[in-house]
Amino acid sequence: MNHTGRRIALALLTPCLLAASALSAQEKTPPEEIVRRSRLTFFYAGEDMKAKVRMRLVNPQGKERVRAMTMLRKDQQEGGEQKYFIYFHQPADVRDMTFMVWKYPGKDDDRWLYIPALKLVRRIAANDSRSSFVGSDFTYEDISGRDPEEDTYTLVREEALNGRACDVVRSAPKSERSADYSYKLAWFDRMSHLPLKEEYYDRRGDLARVFTAEEVKEVQGLPTVTKRTMKNLQSGHRTEVTFEEIKYNLGLSDDLFTERYLRSAPPEAR
Amino acid sequence: MPTASVTVWGGEVSLHGFAQVNYAMRVATGLPAGWPARERDFLLGEERFQLECARTSAASGFSTRVDLFHDAVDGGARLNLREAYLDLSVRRLDLRVGRQIITWGAGDLEFINDVFPKDWGAFLSGAPMEYLKIGVDALNLNAHARSFSIQAIVLPFFAPDNTPTADRFVFFNPFPPRTLTETVKPSPRRTNVEAAFRLYGTHRGYDLALYAYRGFLRSPGARFDPAAGKATFFYPKLGVYGASLQGAFLKGLLSLEGGLYDSREDREGTDSSVENSHLRFLAGYQKAFGANFTLGLQYYGERMLRYDAYRRTLPAGFPIRDETRSYLTARLTQLLKYQTVRVSLFIFYSPTEEDHYIIPEVRYSFSDDLWGAIGGNLFGGKYDTSFFGQFNKNDNVYLTMRYSF
Repeated sequence: MNHTGRRIALALLTPCLLAASALSAQEKTPPEEIVRRSRLTFFYAGEDMKAKVRMRLVNPQGKERVRAMTMLRKDQQEGGEQKYFIYFHQPADVRDMTFMVWKYPGKDDDRWLYIPALKLVRRIAANDSRSSFVGSDFTYEDISGRDPEEDTYTLVREEALNGRACDVVRSAPKSERSADYSYKLAWFDRMSHLPLKEEYYDRRGDLARVFTAEEVKEVQGLPTVTKRTMKNLQSGHRTEVTFEEIKYNLGLSDDLFTERYLRSAPPEAR
Repeated sequence: MPTASVTVWGGEVSLHGFAQVNYAMRVATGLPAGWPARERDFLLGEERFQLECARTSAASGFSTRVDLFHDAVDGGARLNLREAYLDLSVRRLDLRVGRQIITWGAGDLEFINDVFPKDWGAFLSGAPMEYLKIGVDALNLNAHARSFSIQAIVLPFFAPDNTPTADRFVFFNPFPPRTLTETVKPSPRRTNVEAAFRLYGTHRGYDLALYAYRGFLRSPGARFDPAAGKATFFYPKLGVYGASLQGAFLKGLLSLEGGLYDSREDREGTDSSVENSHLRFLAGYQKAFGANFTLGLQYYGERMLRYDAYRRTLPAGFPIRDETRSYLTARLTQLLKYQTVRVSLFIFYSPTEEDHYIIPEVRYSFSDDLWGAIGGNLFGGKYDTSFFGQFNKNDNVYLTMRYSF
């Protein structure tokens, strides 16, 4: 190629490069928006959902406990109020227990627990969302989401994780008392918006817990994390969760999330 | 899900249950002479096997729960049908017929509108919490409207509370030694059928309920015939009308409950053998602190409505009750080691009776199937005649282990 040719090529190429960099600048979504989209995809997929959830709680010695449950969720508003219904199958000690949560943004949940041996519906104080869910490494907040207003967000970098282009967002609680981590790094898949990995750092800045989404599948066209793990690096304990028989948009009725079905779980929850 | 089940005629019947040992030993000393329980330092010595067999479909189902147990304290082996009921659901109606456990109300170990039979004997000697409730034969109908539900329960056969018995417990007995006793229960007649109602619903996250009951007091009154040297225990007619509320309040959970105990057998309050009409009321607050600690506090009160008549007619020598009896309770629960360890403490304290009852317990889950608990039932008080004070020679420690399947 002669000089002139090269110059033309460069001239042709330059606007393209400029356009590309302009495009990537436009694509730099604000971290609040990344988190908002992810929250809707991860915690609010579909109008409602049903899944069989299986948790393996593994202690550092490799000893294993299992929690098996059917979970129903219904969104009252996209990104807003939700109702959860959890029916326990395993272990034998909690079999047939049901747990119901009405979740409100910016306010404590309402929680009910039904104890079949006593035919007792018990209200539970729900002011601490950091308590462990059924003895696992997941907190209530990890299961049903944290109020986005409680954190500040910064986009740290863009990075590929297992071949997926991700936005890495750092979130820090506005109030130190509202979380047991000082900050969290989350890898959000740019395609699906799902969090593929989260690292929780303690007050000393040491890595305390790591969340990983090991398997993502499309269910009824909705990207869904079907295998996930939360590992506590300080205790060596970990919890592996699989979601099976996932169904979205079943048209679950509001009636399901009442004392009637808490005391007598509906067939769709069994 | 790996649950035990067998296929019968194309449908699945689930089989579950547990094997359990439950021993309780008296640690208090100085039992009074001549007391039947004097020679017995074990309040419980049980090996128990429970089998639950159930089937549920959308419209119908059944459940049976049978306990087979050996009691080393009295040497007997027994069978107890704790529950055996049928379920039928038609649209907005749920019917449950048969022997069943029924529980409602907002209190924690304080009962106002929950008038269903309880086994205090089992509870005070360290049996697991579920054995506080006894199955009753009942027809239980729930009708669900859009924003509220109505429950109607018919109890054809009267069942009393199991109160601590003199062969295991030492407690206050106002009658002279060698008194003959007889117990008269309401006979299973049409006119003695009990009925209980509840109107309930959840509004803006608050559980609201109204209750009504017509039947009998489940702890007996006693009439003493000095000439015959005989005490007759009987269950006075009772009506209970009340309400409860539970919901979030000040970053915690608020519980309120109240009830009017209408002593139908003695509205004037002049019969000292019958419990005076009274009000019961309760206010409770529960809150979590940190990730794994929960504190629950309650105030519970009973106020007699015919106190003047009670004082006028109380026979000489009987302890005099205050017009208002108050109890404060605290429940502290700490979960540790991924909830495999539960340390709990329940305290009853009465400033008016000047007595207390404390239940400390540590429970450990060895695995998903096996847990064990050790705990205590510790009583005390200024007077040997008060509600908890009379049990102060029954302080006991208990051990429970259960394998569930």
